[in-house]
Amino acid sequence: MSPPSLSPPRRTPLYALHEQLGGRMVPFAGWSLPVQYPTGIIAEHRQCRERAALFDVSHMGQFSLHGPNAAAALETLAVGDLTGLRGGRQRYSLLTNDAGGILDDLMVGRLNETLHLVVNAGRAGEDFAHLSAHLPAGTDLRRHPDRALLALQGPLAVDALARLCPAAAAMSFMDFAALDVAGIACLVTRSGYTGEDGFEISVPSDAAETLARRLLAEPEVAPAGLGARDSLRLEAGLPLWGQDIDELTTPVEAGLTWALGKRRRMAWDFPGAAAIRNHLDNGAPRKLVGLLPEGRAPVRAGTVLLAEDGSAAGTVTSGTFAPTCDAPIAFAYVRRGVSQDGTPLAALLRGKPVPAVVAPVPFVPHRYVR
Amino acid sequence: MSNTRYTADHEWVRLEAGVATVGITNHAQTALGDIVFVELPDPGREIEAGEACAVVESVKAASDIYAPLRGHITETNPEIIGDPAMVNRDPESEGWFFRMIPADLAAFDALMDADAYAKLVGSL
Repeated sequence: MSPPSLSPPRRTPLYALHEQLGGRMVPFAGWSLPVQYPTGIIAEHRQCRERAALFDVSHMGQFSLHGPNAAAALETLAVGDLTGLRGGRQRYSLLTNDAGGILDDLMVGRLNETLHLVVNAGRAGEDFAHLSAHLPAGTDLRRHPDRALLALQGPLAVDALARLCPAAAAMSFMDFAALDVAGIACLVTRSGYTGEDGFEISVPSDAAETLARRLLAEPEVAPAGLGARDSLRLEAGLPLWGQDIDELTTPVEAGLTWALGKRRRMAWDFPGAAAIRNHLDNGAPRKLVGLLPEGRAPVRAGTVLLAEDGSAAGTVTSGTFAPTCDAPIAFAYVRRGVSQDGTPLAALLRGKPVPAVVAPVPFVPHRYVR
Repeated sequence: MSNTRYTADHEWVRLEAGVATVGITNHAQTALGDIVFVELPDPGREIEAGEACAVVESVKAASDIYAPLRGHITETNPEIIGDPAMVNRDPESEGWFFRMIPADLAAFDALMDADAYAKLVGSL
């Protein structure tokens, strides 16, 4: 969560378009963004699962890190095999602190000798300061406030995008390329935050509205807001920094051990490696798990969980009513001993215990094109 | 003269033969967005005016529904339990929440009429 700000929320290059489309603008991480359009969150969620949805994610921080040793430099502050990242590929990574906590999660893409980073909006300022202060000399770190970011997500996203950018159809999940989209020079990745196939398109701000209108003109595409983005990422089992992960959670607790990278788990050379290794070797005291509450009532962040014997089990970090599951779903940190799939717990909902069972994530299978 | 009154919490109250039917206004359902869950009070419950007595949940958030009048609950709407989206589709008729017998009919007359409520919504 970012601290409340006294300054008015910033507007993305698509602000006028959102207003014209009837977007309900809300403040989010210091930005004014549509939580939904007149169609509503459930319809926008289904649009993404069934066809293609266009999200404005221009609030996300875009950085570049240039130089022959850029990947090695970033590895001093982040987990993951970044020096092993080939040109034209993208990878999920984490900035960690010395205690093994997660300063932010980010996407790192490589083109030639330049790494392109996408970080959380609410962390962009802190991340930039952290990287600037601690990256070894010899790399050129830049912010790109002059770029917008569009996410086109859903099973038909490739059909729509391929009409404006035929080369996009040949990309695989986590590929990264500099491509012209409708004649506009863009950086395109085949990835996203919904569990569906789709693309994220970094576009110069002054061409963002033109590109968004071109994409929305494709018959498969409709706009979707932050509300659907949240319910989609929850169904896909993807954590949100500030809600499910933060400086006080380690990658092991968060179920992100896979992001550490095999080579880095041999070398133990990333910030917080000792604490993270301790969690791996001896077990973390708590784990981020999926939770399926009984009934129809959403179980929200902050809800207390009890074990069968009435003892404290943990706390919900994210929860919603999942349109695809047609049921409530949640993420929660639960203590060791009650984190196994199938463990029956109770969620204290308005003072009443509601049965809830620990469940595997994702709640909805990923449909990436590999 | 209409027998429907409104509260500043965006509930409507319709009085017929001494029984008040309560629901949320069209403005409220629009603001909430897609409604996915409704919790209603048990019939027989005594409620104070302003007391939180029902819950409505959208995809994004939970909201309390406050009793518009003092009285006791006589009936709830089972249709919106099974189909919460009915509150979005028809908030001021089929999507009613509960019925109650008000303890004090003068309190009903003190609630906003349609014009006053329209002015309130227009000023938001």
